[in-house]
Amino acid sequence: MVDHHTHPASSGSGHPPAIELREISKTFGTVRANKAISMAIGKGAIHGIVGENGAGKSTLMNILYGLHRADSGDILIDGQITPIHSSADAIRAGIGMVHQHFMLVPNFTVLENVMLGSEGSPMLKPGVGETRALLKTLGEEFDMHVDPDALIEDLPVGLQQRVEIIKAVKGGARILILDEPTGVLTPGEAESLFKILRRMKQDGVTVILITHKLSEIMAITDTVTVIRGGEVVGHRKTADTNPEELAELMVGRKVLLRVDRGAARPGAVLLEADGLECHAADGRPLLHDIDFQIRAGEILGIAGVAGNGQTELLEVLSGLRPVDKGRLVVMNRTVTRQSRTDPEQMRQAHVGHIPEDRHRHGLVLAFEARENAVLGFHKSSVTGEGALIDQQAMTAHCLDLMREFDVRPPNPNLSGRNFSGGNQQKLVIAREIDKRPRVLIVGQPTRGVDIGAIEFIHKQLIRLRDEGCAILLVSVELEEILGLSDRIMVMNAGRQVGIVPCEEADEQTLGLMMAGIRGSDAA
Amino acid sequence: MSEFLFQALLTLDGTVRVATPLILCAMAGMFSERSGVIDISLEGKLLVGAFVAATIAYFTGSPWLAVFCAIGASVLVALIHGFACITHRGNQVVSGLAINILAAGVTVVVAIALFRQGGQTPILDRGDRFGPMEFWFVETLDPIPMLGAVYREFISGHNPITYLALLVVPASAYLLYRTRFGLRLRAVGEVPAAVDTAGVSVAWLRYRAVLLAGVLCGIAGAYLSIGQGAGFVPEMSAGKGYIALAAVIFGKWRPVPAFLACLMFGFLEALSARLQGIDLPLIGEAPTHLMLALPYIMTVLLLAGFIGRASPPAAIGVPYTK
Repeated sequence: MVDHHTHPASSGSGHPPAIELREISKTFGTVRANKAISMAIGKGAIHGIVGENGAGKSTLMNILYGLHRADSGDILIDGQITPIHSSADAIRAGIGMVHQHFMLVPNFTVLENVMLGSEGSPMLKPGVGETRALLKTLGEEFDMHVDPDALIEDLPVGLQQRVEIIKAVKGGARILILDEPTGVLTPGEAESLFKILRRMKQDGVTVILITHKLSEIMAITDTVTVIRGGEVVGHRKTADTNPEELAELMVGRKVLLRVDRGAARPGAVLLEADGLECHAADGRPLLHDIDFQIRAGEILGIAGVAGNGQTELLEVLSGLRPVDKGRLVVMNRTVTRQSRTDPEQMRQAHVGHIPEDRHRHGLVLAFEARENAVLGFHKSSVTGEGALIDQQAMTAHCLDLMREFDVRPPNPNLSGRNFSGGNQQKLVIAREIDKRPRVLIVGQPTRGVDIGAIEFIHKQLIRLRDEGCAILLVSVELEEILGLSDRIMVMNAGRQVGIVPCEEADEQTLGLMMAGIRGSDAA
Repeated sequence: MSEFLFQALLTLDGTVRVATPLILCAMAGMFSERSGVIDISLEGKLLVGAFVAATIAYFTGSPWLAVFCAIGASVLVALIHGFACITHRGNQVVSGLAINILAAGVTVVVAIALFRQGGQTPILDRGDRFGPMEFWFVETLDPIPMLGAVYREFISGHNPITYLALLVVPASAYLLYRTRFGLRLRAVGEVPAAVDTAGVSVAWLRYRAVLLAGVLCGIAGAYLSIGQGAGFVPEMSAGKGYIALAAVIFGKWRPVPAFLACLMFGFLEALSARLQGIDLPLIGEAPTHLMLALPYIMTVLLLAGFIGRASPPAAIGVPYTK
């Protein structure tokens, strides 16, 4: 299975690669996260590392940045074996890292965050001037300006990431690692990030980009390494490969990147929001003036960068959060500020809910699969009549679900936390879909789920749609929204920017809308 | 009227006296908590410091050596807290409470073993402890009305540790806001991962904060037994560590506001001591118990969000794991 038919830098000229990993292995308990991983990356290249969640990408980069220590193997920088046992070692070796979760102190200024760790002297004062000058130079050199005195928590995510990049390269780093850098960005912000990266490449900086988005690999990298199950399964020149091949390498079998679906046959309106609003405890508006209708047999996709009101919308629709103004009509039940509802009533009204955070709202990780499979339906006939739960019926029910939805391993007595992310999600989806909901509220159905399971989950959602269910789908993955939705509503700062039919939507128009620019303004 | 002024002056004088250990402990708590380590064990360190200071002063007759040893003992206790909370990532509240219980017991047991006076140390002679510092010109200024009395009772005549405590406040503020250590300390209490990825050791930073807290608590303890008092009495910390912690929270984990909170709490205590058994017009007997409870009541109100908003360091109480 493992092939090495193009080894990126070994074929190059006499220069040693900027960075080379030799036989890196790392074991956590019984899990072998990295198995003898080797790769070489030439100077000034943008190198992609792709793999599914849990494939070992992040572990590998954490080893390279000194946050974890490899059990065996060597790291070579410019041909020299360089032991990296701490972040300080990595920084000295010229490695900078932009972490997936930003390493910024929210109530510090940009300047303080950039200074942290390289203050220069025991007193802050001299370093402040130097850092200010550095911010200015870097801002001009790479076209990434940011106000030194702004508080991080006041900055949009795109600018926060810029500060992360500045932190990573401030000491003259020649190797820049970015871990899933576009997960929180609008397409526009992602594009300006890529511009910065190309600029750095010209400057001779070697960039390592970790991502699960194949489109980004194709758009910006020169070479790519695919990792599966902790092992390298292939090195490719980006120009010589395509997303289908990379996906197949990642999963180990052929996958359909796009779900086949027929045209929707919409029926009666099952879910309607009319001037829906809700506020935070301090009066801050969380949702503002939301209007939409979803008919039987169609999927309304909600697009937007994370944190723009999608979570609150899901909470309102599932009965977790009260409506403060406006109304919500679910089939023939009306929910307003006066006539409240709760999740149990919504369930009884045949509204299924696949929560966006399966660990917090979807499962009880300490419970067995069979118990998780009846959560929320424990008063229904699934668990037998009366106050006592029929244990055998519960186990049998779980086994049925596991078979139908391909949950592995099919063991009803295994506790929730012992399933992989994809199988946990399949269990949640099985539980909700099995009850034949008329309306299904879905949040981030494939977050942290491997590509194979994504394909399965998407098929289930389309099947449910074709059976006449009204589905509201929230996802931060634009590809997913575009692939599944019949109509797309874009949210920004708790408001709806607009609703567009799927045929008229593409990444660019949606991207502008996600940044808060209405379709008519952009045209 | 001048009698009233004189009483007021004595109350202010008492305020500073009572507030001294609070200020030192509050600064200790602030450093520890800013680094992300909850410090319930201020109380225990204070008590251990008080006991060791009195004991050493009794045997050697040197208050300076006594303070030095009190600091050492308190630092040792701080190290236990650090070892449990930082190295072994234990529960910080549990560790703190355990230390307080341990300190209350150990001091008395050792005191009984050494002195056989029911857990107390013998009364210390004047020379074995810190006396009030008489400033110059007290005699010269005395005849001047008001100023003379203010200078004699309020400016001059305090314990050297009191003056030290007053210096510790600006020094703490400087350390926290103007130095590399302070920047890193503030960062490590908010986002320790940011400090770690910047190549700075989270554990060592937190240890330094906890050790600093040990030093300050040791001095505060010495003040109790060889400054303000003349020997060690069981449980002589009497909740001051907790009040100091309340002052830290009340001051929103900032040095100067925490200092002001200490003064306010000290004032309430001094006032209630002065009003003991005195009938006030309209109210009747002075509600001294209520006044002593006020610091706690106000802290609860603050935490409940009635007086502004207290936003603790984001990573407080959370052991750091990569």
